Amino acid sequence: MIESILTHLAPAWAIAHAAPLLVVAPLVVATALVFVPSGRLAWLISILTTGASLFFALILLALVQADTVTLAALADAGIQTNMLREGVVSYAIGGWAPPVGIEFRIDALNAMILLLVTFIGTLASVFSWPTVNAEIRTEKQNLFYGAYLVCFAGLAGVAITGDAFNLFVFLEISSISTYVLVALGAGRDRRALPAAFNYLVMGTIGATFYVIGVGFLFAATGTLNMADYTALLPELVGNRTVQAGFAFIIIGLGLKAAMWPLHQWLPNAYAYAPSFVTTFLAATATKVALYALIRFLFTVFSPAYTFETASFDWLIAPLAIAAMVACSFQAVFQTDVRRTLAYSSVAQVGYMLLGVSLASVFGVSAGLLHLMNHALMKGGLFMAMAGIVLTYQGTTLRDFAGLGRSAPWTMTAFAICALSLIGVPLTAGFQSKLMLLQATFTAGWWWASGVIVFSSVLAVIYMGRILEAVFFKAPENPRKVRKEAPLLLLIPLWVLALANLWIGLDASFPYDLARNAAEAVIGVGGQQ
Amino acid sequence: MTALIETLNPGFVLVLAGIVGLFIPMQRVRQGLMVIAPLVGIYMLTQANQSMELATAHVLGLDLVLYRVDSLNFIFGLAFLIAALLNAIYALHGDDKLQDGMAMAYAGAAVAAAFAGDFLTLFVFWELTAVSSVFLILRAGTRAAYFASMRYLAIQILSGVLLLAGITYVYQASGALTLQAFTSLDEPGALLVFLAVGIKAAFPFLHNWLQDSYPKATVVGAVVLSAFTTKLAVLTCARLFPGFDILIWIGAVMTVFPVFFAVIENDLRKVLAYSLNNQVGFMICAIGVGTPLALNGAAAHAFAHIIYKALLFMSMGAVLYRTGTAKASELGGLYKSMPFTAVFCLIGAASISAFPLFSGFVAKSLTMSAVAHEGYVVAWLMLLFASAGVLEHSGIKIPYFAFFGHDSGKRVKEAPFNMLLAMGLASAICILVGLPSFFGLGYGWLYNLLPYPEVANHYEPFTLGHILTQMQLLMLAVLAFILLKRFGLYPPEKPGTILDTDWAYRRLGFGFANWAGTVWGKAGPAMTRVAGLLAQRGYDRIEAVFSPRGQLSRGPLTGGMAIWTAALLGMAMLLSFLTVQH
Repeated sequence: MIESILTHLAPAWAIAHAAPLLVVAPLVVATALVFVPSGRLAWLISILTTGASLFFALILLALVQADTVTLAALADAGIQTNMLREGVVSYAIGGWAPPVGIEFRIDALNAMILLLVTFIGTLASVFSWPTVNAEIRTEKQNLFYGAYLVCFAGLAGVAITGDAFNLFVFLEISSISTYVLVALGAGRDRRALPAAFNYLVMGTIGATFYVIGVGFLFAATGTLNMADYTALLPELVGNRTVQAGFAFIIIGLGLKAAMWPLHQWLPNAYAYAPSFVTTFLAATATKVALYALIRFLFTVFSPAYTFETASFDWLIAPLAIAAMVACSFQAVFQTDVRRTLAYSSVAQVGYMLLGVSLASVFGVSAGLLHLMNHALMKGGLFMAMAGIVLTYQGTTLRDFAGLGRSAPWTMTAFAICALSLIGVPLTAGFQSKLMLLQATFTAGWWWASGVIVFSSVLAVIYMGRILEAVFFKAPENPRKVRKEAPLLLLIPLWVLALANLWIGLDASFPYDLARNAAEAVIGVGGQQ
Repeated sequence: MTALIETLNPGFVLVLAGIVGLFIPMQRVRQGLMVIAPLVGIYMLTQANQSMELATAHVLGLDLVLYRVDSLNFIFGLAFLIAALLNAIYALHGDDKLQDGMAMAYAGAAVAAAFAGDFLTLFVFWELTAVSSVFLILRAGTRAAYFASMRYLAIQILSGVLLLAGITYVYQASGALTLQAFTSLDEPGALLVFLAVGIKAAFPFLHNWLQDSYPKATVVGAVVLSAFTTKLAVLTCARLFPGFDILIWIGAVMTVFPVFFAVIENDLRKVLAYSLNNQVGFMICAIGVGTPLALNGAAAHAFAHIIYKALLFMSMGAVLYRTGTAKASELGGLYKSMPFTAVFCLIGAASISAFPLFSGFVAKSLTMSAVAHEGYVVAWLMLLFASAGVLEHSGIKIPYFAFFGHDSGKRVKEAPFNMLLAMGLASAICILVGLPSFFGLGYGWLYNLLPYPEVANHYEPFTLGHILTQMQLLMLAVLAFILLKRFGLYPPEKPGTILDTDWAYRRLGFGFANWAGTVWGKAGPAMTRVAGLLAQRGYDRIEAVFSPRGQLSRGPLTGGMAIWTAALLGMAMLLSFLTVQH
């Protein structure tokens, strides 16, 4: 079905240059937004830009999934596809061949992440206007959208590039714009400023660690291209420089991915950023960092190296477990719903890392499936949250009392996403948690499956508290009239809620994506 | 569209119709749907290719076969669909959304389970039959029906849980979910599945739920219930445990013991429930023998039995509907006011007693011949005794006490037309299947549908020997009834409670629950206090760590995290350096 994009929809130039266009288009548009006079126009432009990126991401996915017949048909039609081999698109920027120039390299794993980022980016752009208009001062709105597009381009760039240093550049592009976006929450809550500052310091530590690690690898191998690392590193496994590089990189990226206990920038940043920023970041930022981590763990390095196996067993898996328990507990005790959701996000990162640390196709695809599902549910939850902030201005549990009667459509979608987060059958969360459970069973990690169940019980408690307040408590302020979030917000919200239900019923589409992605990266890294 | 008709499990159509039916308030529209759905199902079944996986699904790494028709389940599915049609017609006089919808969903679940090609699909619909059918009992609205339905549900769910546990074992052991015969009962998986099937098929000592619940169901409910659950278990048993010797004895015992209960029971619908048990015994025994002839017998018997048992339940239901009672002691002489119902009841009675020219004869002959042919003399004698018993309690007792016997003086209207129509159709099937072959009808039609048609076609039920044996048996049984009646030795029809083995769990279970309740009432508060104290301590401790003011959230944020980062980096490096490279 998705092949029809290649054969019918996309023009030849789009197929040939989808990879750079996906990143460059939002970057260029972002600079142009400085000259756009009104926020509303900037909003429309950013919808178009993110939508175009989504289109390019679909083309890339179609290329990665295309079989030889389709590819041959494209070649016959004279369309350049940049296929390195079946399943891998490689694009040399500026025509400089990869080891020297920068290479964009897309396989099933980044195709999936790109689709996720651009899809969420587009949905978030659509819903953003009412809340941005309410929370950002008029003269800053076009700049806000500019910063948003820079951040979007940065995240897409991290996911698309095949060059380790270029990945750092994109990481910084996205991070720096994120600091700005978070700080703009100061219009609503002054605590956004310290939150952004803390995020800046910690994010910089993470990025620095990463670039130091890349420096070590460069010193040892003399290249920055990831595919070259795959080829060269097996020779250098015993090399202390490489090992130090490995340690720096996983800690640096782990910080960006909010790996417990390096998550402490996250709750405040999510809680005080403008609602729209929180929605977008929660569904994409940590996911992209996690992608980079997976990329390094499985293709640059390899689970065949004993030092990596040791880090899986003694560092990543224990930290994942700790995140699932500790942050779920912290989520239980929060009084601010946004902070509850933020802590829950860290706990969910634990689930994904647990799947990754199994280092099997089953485990990694379970982690990736949860990554996608979590983007859908957390995106939905924060979107509903944005609607509540917009209409009722409250984010604490007490403000949520009785909202089920005041804003039934918003809160029903919220409830669907909440049930999905808990992992109730017939929702997306159930599918991925079940798969994760099976993966831990298969690996013989019984204790881990116990923790998954326990953490899910905690999720029942912390989401249950919110749902109880929403649906069963009388509002504290009886003047709360019946008022829904604007339609512009409700539609993307329900798209996400229904996506959760749909995946709950039939997970084959994301399951296949995750499975292909896991199969594309596992076993790629050097064998010993 | 053709592809859909050929590859969709007809049970899904029925389940869907049932669920939709729950929400259609217009009686005629809903009931039209209920009549059309089984007809569509029958048409779909005739279009299906046999012995192919017609619909498969891949869920969470498991390969499911949603629709598979072969010579064994074809005849069961056909009988289920016909029964669903008859039930729908029989229910036309009333306006009950819940009953109509649930009856159809229940029938659909049974059909879907019959055509399931793997264990997991079977399990899902196995449970659905339990959950949907309980409403048919609950709907009777009496207190007794409420408790019976809860007991029924508990036992059916237990069967489902046992099945699931068995499936898990099987899957762990073999890695496949395909429905195929077990080789022995030694492995725990096979034993658990066997018990699950045993509960649904109402094996001796696992049978009480049946007599407990069916007589308490609604008029329509009892008819619906009689067709599906036990026969689904028979089909599953034939699929998974053919030729298991133990089944011969289970079946034989099953045919014999209900005879005694049925003869002394006063509630005529309960008599039918016991007789149901006895009939299923014949099928189980045949499955235990396991030869092609015997399996033919089980399948043919199941088909014939579904129709004539439904017919008998329908006639008793009609009596209950008109007079308000089904107790032998309160009935009698109804042939004057309900002549058609009486005739239909007699046809059903003749069929179940296996009079030649009725469906029971051509079906039961197969089983009897197979058991005799394999040389199981004791089992054969038990079945023979049970055959006489069937005539005694179902063939004579039911029509005699309801429609003849001493006149109760009740003068009621004839049953509603739709009931008569359903009974008429069932009667027609009973007779048509029982006749010698003519123009593609008669028993030859039934034999062609059996699992081993080539074996069945060589079998001639209407030999002098068969007819003679059967007539001797029947005549002697009639004679015995007449003599016992004449000399006043036949157990009189009088109200009373019969103690069956379910007394044990009903009485003891209730007693235990009572005792446990008392103990809990005393010990509960003390334990709650202690537990509460401990829980409070634990909660305080957790809160002190995790709450926003807790230990985890204190201290300078940035500095704290920088330290954490450095510590983790150190750890990662140590790990990297210390692991020995090979």
